[in-house]
Amino acid sequence: MASGYDRALSVFSPDGHVFQVEYALEAVKRGTCAVGVKGSDIVVLGCEKRSAMKLQDTRITPSKISLVDTHVCLAFAGLNADARILVDKARMEAQSHRLTVEDPVTVEYITKYIAGVQQRYTQSGGVRPFGISTLVVGFDPGTKVPRLYQTEPSGIYSAWKANAIGRSSKTVREFLERNHKEDLPRPDTIELAIKSLLEVVQTGAKNIEIAIMAPGKEIEMLASDEIEKIVEKINSDKDAEATQRRAGRGGAATGAQGSEQVLASRPAGEGGPAE
Amino acid sequence: MRGATILKATEDKTRPLNKHTLMAFVGEAGDTVQFAEYISANIALYSMRNSTQLPPYEVSSFVRTTLAKALRSKNPYTVNLLLGGFDTRTEKPELYWIDYLASSAPVPYAAHGYAQYYCLSILDKHHHPDIDLEKGLELLRMCTDELKRRLPFDFKGVIVKVVDKEGIREVEWEEGKQMYAP
Repeated sequence: MASGYDRALSVFSPDGHVFQVEYALEAVKRGTCAVGVKGSDIVVLGCEKRSAMKLQDTRITPSKISLVDTHVCLAFAGLNADARILVDKARMEAQSHRLTVEDPVTVEYITKYIAGVQQRYTQSGGVRPFGISTLVVGFDPGTKVPRLYQTEPSGIYSAWKANAIGRSSKTVREFLERNHKEDLPRPDTIELAIKSLLEVVQTGAKNIEIAIMAPGKEIEMLASDEIEKIVEKINSDKDAEATQRRAGRGGAATGAQGSEQVLASRPAGEGGPAE
Repeated sequence: MRGATILKATEDKTRPLNKHTLMAFVGEAGDTVQFAEYISANIALYSMRNSTQLPPYEVSSFVRTTLAKALRSKNPYTVNLLLGGFDTRTEKPELYWIDYLASSAPVPYAAHGYAQYYCLSILDKHHHPDIDLEKGLELLRMCTDELKRRLPFDFKGVIVKVVDKEGIREVEWEEGKQMYAP
């Protein structure tokens, strides 16, 4: 790194890169994975939980999913400590918005605000960018349309039907691209979120965290035994499909979708460059 | 209730602060709503930051502190408050009487404004610590009847809200008959 273009944040390299921002993206890739999936009437956030150490009190260890306002929820990937600052700024803005215009924030507004803060930290002196990407989900007040946005350290924000951030996000995103359908009903949406996370979470249910948002309702964190149940269902479905395929191997080839499902237990490289 | 003109008879002068806490306010027209919304935004922010609901006593302390700070600034709030809540840990209802000079007192019954001159004596006589909701509403009826009878201006009725372990709800309040002074 002797080029000198990664010393001060607000300096371009000659070919137009701001290196610090790209390093921030690297920090995001090392963070644990988070997915967001929109269904027809709910939106689901799923997170990979770091496995706790033996003596750690998991009850108190903070979650990667946090509530920005009663109707907006956020998951992040990257540096936990940076996220705390950003989430707090978002919460302040959400309440301040209520106070000044007597309306709760829309999901797009708060996303734009979060992205705005992230952008500011790429263009001012003496600061470093936020080492996090976020998925912002929720429902605009009074509507039933699920929303899902992503923000990045550079300040870019974008809307999605389903997306993943963090470690091995490319694998998960590709899985979602293959399996996401329009207007998923509630159980299918939750299942898809868990299924996509299982692509990269080897330890299964105990390292997965699921939050569900529905219009006009409070956030619902799925209990661990319920996640366990869904994971078991996914596994048994997978086994059933595999035996069926083995039986049918003598005859005609099965559909392409079936063979992809078996790929699901692909191992994920720990912290390796996934993208 | 200012001057000869009635501005509005149906104004709801309460604001829910969280699931189990309700704040009623009277005072300077602009201050009241401004203050109530500032408090409710801050209470919401607190529960969002700490993923927990503030119990009524803690809410009352925050309200008192905010009022006390404002009182000693250039722009104090002229707001009197009643704060009712249900503490879900102790399973007990609580009521706080708070005034614009930032005194806060836990009380079994309370009133602000002109009402207190007429109501408190009734409540002194008839209130008991372990009355149920029905008896409570009965007491309230005695109070509003007294207001109808004696208030030197046109009494426009009340909005009645109940806070219990289920949360906050408004109860139907039928306007009683015309009252005459004996």
